[in-house]
Amino acid sequence: MAGITRRRSRTGERMIVNVLFLCAVLSVAVTVGIVAVLLVDTISFFSESSLVGFLTGTVWAPGQGDGENGLYGMLSLLSGTLLIGFGSIAVGLPLGVLTAIYLSEYASSRVRGVLKPTLEILAGIPTVIVGFFALQFITPNLLRPIFGDDRVFIFNAAAGSIAVGLMILPIIASISEDAMRAVPWSLREAAYGLGATRRQVSLRVVVPAALSGISASVILAFSRAVGETMAVTIAAGNSPRMTWNYFESIQTLTASIAQTVRGEVAAGTVRYDALFALGMTLFLMTLVMNLISARIVRRFRQVYS
Amino acid sequence: MSASVEVLAPSKLRRGATRTGLQILLDVAFSALLFMGTVAGVIALATLIWTIFDSGWERLVADPAGFLTSYVSRLPARAGVKAALAGSAYLMALTALFCFPIGVGAAIYLEEFAPRNRLTNFVEANIANLAGVPSVVYGLLGLGLFARFLRMGPSLLAGALTLAVMSLPVIIVAAREAIRAVPDGIRLGAFALGATRWQTVRRQVLPAAMPGTLTGTILALSRAIGETAPLLVIGLPIVIFTLPDDLRDPVSVLPLLIFDWTSRPQPAFAAAAAAASIILLALLLAMNAVAIFLRNRYSIRW
Repeated sequence: MAGITRRRSRTGERMIVNVLFLCAVLSVAVTVGIVAVLLVDTISFFSESSLVGFLTGTVWAPGQGDGENGLYGMLSLLSGTLLIGFGSIAVGLPLGVLTAIYLSEYASSRVRGVLKPTLEILAGIPTVIVGFFALQFITPNLLRPIFGDDRVFIFNAAAGSIAVGLMILPIIASISEDAMRAVPWSLREAAYGLGATRRQVSLRVVVPAALSGISASVILAFSRAVGETMAVTIAAGNSPRMTWNYFESIQTLTASIAQTVRGEVAAGTVRYDALFALGMTLFLMTLVMNLISARIVRRFRQVYS
Repeated sequence: MSASVEVLAPSKLRRGATRTGLQILLDVAFSALLFMGTVAGVIALATLIWTIFDSGWERLVADPAGFLTSYVSRLPARAGVKAALAGSAYLMALTALFCFPIGVGAAIYLEEFAPRNRLTNFVEANIANLAGVPSVVYGLLGLGLFARFLRMGPSLLAGALTLAVMSLPVIIVAAREAIRAVPDGIRLGAFALGATRWQTVRRQVLPAAMPGTLTGTILALSRAIGETAPLLVIGLPIVIFTLPDDLRDPVSVLPLLIFDWTSRPQPAFAAAAAAASIILLALLLAMNAVAIFLRNRYSIRW
């Protein structure tokens, strides 16, 4: 549309277009703002405590000793974050992909009309409520009866993973379903022509053809799980520790930020600056995953369009 | 798969006509698995809502007026959501005021005026990436930039700006899709009558794209109203006994209150948290209903 010759714009229009341009550029300003705010305090954090200690230390105990090595070691928080990330994928991926196959290949339009809004509702539940549900229901009524009260902590990584898994299920389902619907009908027809059943078409034609889209959805979902704060704070606890035991209490990067700000930190202290170092870690982690995911999605859009 | 092709009578030519017993078993099992996997999500949602109502309904209906009109209290039986409910409402109105005009403006520019160049591509990629930034990081932006650097403190203004910045990418995407759905014939017709590009956008494209834009905005706001982490990080209070009269006044919000109540040991506070959750869910449901109503009532079929 931009190439169309038309009447010369009136003088006032230049102004208007400039204002609109400013609105669009403001989004870049937001990014610059985020990076600047994170950088300023991250730099001052690393001037007081060591980068190596932050990246390799396994003890996160702010306020104990002033920025000595090891007390600001984020590995225990990273391990908690990864625990929740993998756990929530273990819950959300199978359910999400099964839902996507059902919606794309099996469901009648009436069933789709009911299911899709239901998934949207699930995606729209505030995370603080999902966390409350995990603490009030999942741990006492599911995990503890099955695995034993003595093994399952009141706050535990499994409950957090299930909560976050439910939150990322709609993301995985909707992106995977888009990828499956993008698979051309001719491929399905060809398989049916060879006598394949709907199951074989789904599993051997549609899913392999949509695999890149499915993997993009998983990466994006993992990124969301890493950035999730409230549900893991409420259900998984606030004890930074290196463990692979899902029934123990852990702490994620995000939960650590939430816990620190609740405890009234004075600006300018190492503890305050540590918040931004954690924020920077989160920002970079999620940015990389989002970029990879977006790139994969762009590619599968090109293949079939 | 290697299918042995045999010639079939036309009556037998239907899907899966030559299935073996094992295949039939597998097909049925797979259908059952799909159905169970799909229903699991629905059951989880139903269980969640049932749990919230089961533990909060009694607390809510015992004294609904009192619950809505009392401030927080150390005694769970006397605690209410007044400040948080009012704070959520104020915050939402102010957030909409900040991010709606800017989001729509950016969308108009990108769809109608932007030249196809590297700057535009960069801006677009940037907006897509902003949508994926964790909300707690927006909280740190609000804390570092609005609350501390611009000296707003943990105020209504700082909270609204933080939520506005967070909702902006979502609104831009929704508004762009609505603008893109307006057919070019409308624009060409306006040009043919001698309208300038701005007149065309202002009088034809924008009104036609408004329902979709509003729907997207309401959905973005309903996400913002349920956000806890960014507001926790900028330091909005939970214990507060006043309503704001000024942009610089502190406010609290429902999700923060729910978070605070879930972390207390007394079971009565858990019931209060569930009751507050019911109110928050009702609020979200109302907003979504408005969005759906707008979509169905005013959307134009081209």
